[in-house]
Amino acid sequence: MKFGIVTFPGSNCDYDAFHAVTEILGEEAVYLWHKDHELQGSDVIVLPGGFSYGDYLRVGAIARFSPIMNEVIAHAKAGGPVLAICNGFQIACEAGLLPGALMRNSHLQFVSAEVRIRVENSDTMFTNLYDRGEILRIPVAHGDGRFVATDDVLDRLEAEGRVTFRYVDASGAVTAAANPNGSERNIAGIISEGGNVLGMMPHPERACSPLLGSSDGVRLLESILARVAA
Amino acid sequence: MSKFRIAVHITPRKGLLDPQGNAVRDALHTLGFKPVKDVHVGRYIIVETDAYDAIAAEESVTEMCEKLLANPVTEDFEIESAVPA
Repeated sequence: MKFGIVTFPGSNCDYDAFHAVTEILGEEAVYLWHKDHELQGSDVIVLPGGFSYGDYLRVGAIARFSPIMNEVIAHAKAGGPVLAICNGFQIACEAGLLPGALMRNSHLQFVSAEVRIRVENSDTMFTNLYDRGEILRIPVAHGDGRFVATDDVLDRLEAEGRVTFRYVDASGAVTAAANPNGSERNIAGIISEGGNVLGMMPHPERACSPLLGSSDGVRLLESILARVAA
Repeated sequence: MSKFRIAVHITPRKGLLDPQGNAVRDALHTLGFKPVKDVHVGRYIIVETDAYDAIAAEESVTEMCEKLLANPVTEDFEIESAVPA
C-alpha cells in the first residue's frame, strides 16, 4: 500500500510520518509537494503536523488552498482514506473535510506532552485493531488544539459514533484536568461522515516505537492497512 | 474600474471562549482598569481592490470573508464602507 504524505511549507512531521509508514509499518510512502497536482497513485493521504504557512491568518487557512488540496479533497470525496494529524486536522477542518475548527488552547500555552486518549469507536478504518474503551498513550504538541463546534454538530458527531478519541485520565475518566487544550467534550479525534477522514490532534506517528516511549500509535496505521487492503 | 480600500474587523464569535481576550482583560484589571468588563482580541485586515464601484467592492470583500478571511465556525466579521484608495 502506498501512503502519500503532503509537505506544505512549514510542515515538520512529514518525516516522522514517512518513518512510521516505511520503517515501522513496512509500506511504501512518497512525499507530495504542496504545489503538485497529483497524488502519485497514493492509496492513503497523510496531512502531517507542523506550522503550514506560518499559521498565518488562522491555522490551516492558507494550506487549505494549496494546489495539492484539490486532489486531496477529490480523493476524500471519493472515499479515499485521509489521516489528518495535528496541523493536518486543522487543515482538514478548514477544507471542510471535517466539521468544526481548532482554536487557541484555552490556557494560551503551547502544550507538548504525552496524553492519554480513549478509543471511543473501534469500528472505523483507523481504529479497528484497538478495543473500544482502550486507553492509549500518545503525545500532543500544539498551540491551537481546542476543538470547537456548535452543540448541534457535537451532538451529531456523538450520535453517529464519529468521536473516535477523547482525552482521559489514567483511569479512563473524562476530566477537565485530562483535557490538554480545552476541547469541547474532551474530543481528541473525529472522523468524517463517510468514515474515511480521521482528524486528531495527538501524534500517533510519534508513538510507534518503545524507543519513543510508546508504541500505541502503530495499530492505527495497521488498522488502515487491514481495512484498505481487505 | 477604480481602486478601493476596505477595512475588515474579524472577532471571535460571541459566546465562544476567548482566552486571549480574557488574558488581556485580566491584565487590564491588574493595571487598575477595574471597570473593564470584557475584551475581545481579533484581526484587522485592510484590502485594496479594483472594483466597478464601492458596492461591488464591498460585495467582493464580503465574499472574501466568507471564503477565507474569517472562519464561519468560530469568527464574526464586519466590513467598513469602501473608500477610494
